[in-house]
Amino acid sequence: MKEPSNVIKDSVSAGVNMSGVFKAYGEEWERQQVIHDFNLEILPGQLTAIVGPSGCGKSTIVNLMAGFETPDSGTITMNGEPITGPGVDRLVVFQETALLPWLTAFQNVVFGPKLRGDMDSATLKAEANRILETVGLTEFKDKYPLQLSGGMQRRAELARAMINQPLLMIMDEPFRGLDAMTRELMQEFYLRLFEESRRTNIFVTSEIEEAIFLADRVVVLSNRPATVREIIEIKLERPRSFEMLSSSEAYDYKRQAMEILHEEALKSFKRTGGQSDFIDAYAKRAD
Amino acid sequence: MSEAVQSPHAAPAPAKRSALQRLMAQKTIWRGIAAILGFIVFWEVCSQFKGWFGIEIWWIGKVAPPSLVLATWIDVVQRPGYWESWYLSFMRVFLGFMIAQVIGIPFGLALAVNKYFRDIFFPPFEILRPIPPLAWVPASIIFWPTTELSITFVTFLGAFFTIVINVLGGARTIDIQYLRAAQSMGASQWDLFRRIILPGTLPSIFTGAAVGMGITWAVVLAAEMISGGGQQSGGGLGFFIWSSYMGGAMEQVIVGMISIGIAGYLSSSLIRYIGVTSMPWRRLF
Repeated sequence: MKEPSNVIKDSVSAGVNMSGVFKAYGEEWERQQVIHDFNLEILPGQLTAIVGPSGCGKSTIVNLMAGFETPDSGTITMNGEPITGPGVDRLVVFQETALLPWLTAFQNVVFGPKLRGDMDSATLKAEANRILETVGLTEFKDKYPLQLSGGMQRRAELARAMINQPLLMIMDEPFRGLDAMTRELMQEFYLRLFEESRRTNIFVTSEIEEAIFLADRVVVLSNRPATVREIIEIKLERPRSFEMLSSSEAYDYKRQAMEILHEEALKSFKRTGGQSDFIDAYAKRAD
Repeated sequence: MSEAVQSPHAAPAPAKRSALQRLMAQKTIWRGIAAILGFIVFWEVCSQFKGWFGIEIWWIGKVAPPSLVLATWIDVVQRPGYWESWYLSFMRVFLGFMIAQVIGIPFGLALAVNKYFRDIFFPPFEILRPIPPLAWVPASIIFWPTTELSITFVTFLGAFFTIVINVLGGARTIDIQYLRAAQSMGASQWDLFRRIILPGTLPSIFTGAAVGMGITWAVVLAAEMISGGGQQSGGGLGFFIWSSYMGGAMEQVIVGMISIGIAGYLSSSLIRYIGVTSMPWRRLF
């Protein structure tokens, strides 16, 4: 396996391999293929972004890797071990906040270690306070999630994931729904955390710029049923900054990804019967 | 220009006040008291209208005026039978309600978390649910050895179905992401139940309790009216109203009605208070 030179080999990171994965939903007579012969290699210590048209099955891929769902056929392995169910080594940060509303920020952060009892309470408390400080929530640690702003909630959720020291972090459109300014701040913040830890991260998003800004590799998916259309290696240097997004390199990446997504969007548009007339008419007029 | 800078000492620290003082300072309390007083004045005027002006006001003109009701009440509170009725009704409500909670919450949770349990028990539950509790009175008088037990049983039924439906609904609408997040942090099935499903259902448990409490009061009074105050079962507020009506003492009927109103208000306030204190994350706004 050839690895890009900018990857730091980390013993606590994990690689994931999905090969020949199929997944469909629904009863037999109305089965919808969501993922079709899906092959993807997630390299250890890298931040892999997955982008695709909305509704293409991104969340299904997340659920499969997290072990919340099992594939109809094919294999998913992490460091060579098959994934059979949810595990502490893979943590998901969800689209909408999944902080438990009846626990304070601090209680949410210590939830996992406390359940497993794998840290004594003094160490756990110190560690939780340290992580809460890293994400800038020291003052807010005794607040309930509903008392926190959207950005704070995401940071608390990051803290909750970090304390469990997962080998793989799966971010499922974590910054969706945040306002533009908060979103940028969160991207920078998240990037800093990744660049310090260099744990394997998977970042699912529908925003191409976000993907290019964050990732080492951007995986572009096709429409449903999802397959890998293209993998774009992002060779921008680290640490990243927002200025890099205006470089010609970044522009090329963006155009490359946009072209594919545009094709996919057109395909799905055409597939939906009535609207194809509209597209044909539009195409004729353009001639 | 900008000389209106506030000095740090501008706002004096608020003096410490007792809970009662804080309560009395709330506009909400005063509005509530004003509303009740206003209603009583309106009622008094309407009831006395015929005597004062010779015209009877429709419906409310036939009701005894609050001054008379108050006089009757002062008389009634001196009789031990009245307080015994309070005690009896409260005990019946409390007993039926508690049994409904103790059976209803686990039953509702079991329906929510186990598909097989739901497949088997939900259909009969749904057939029994629409039957009004009062329709159970004749049957329960036959089933149960004492009238007291049959009243309690009917009271229990009143709260039970509401509680179960609320618990079931609440537990079923818990966001799956909470369960998944906990699972990926290493939660066992028991952890999921105890740390996610139970606290997640708590708001619905209290909604069910509040609604169930209301139904329990409605049912216990009707049950008391039907089964009456025989040798085995003493009066109760429902029987108090019924016997006052039979004796033609309309003022006493109204005393009984207001007593029930107060009793119901006290009960639901208690449930609300327990709900607020046991779910601190819900009173944030």
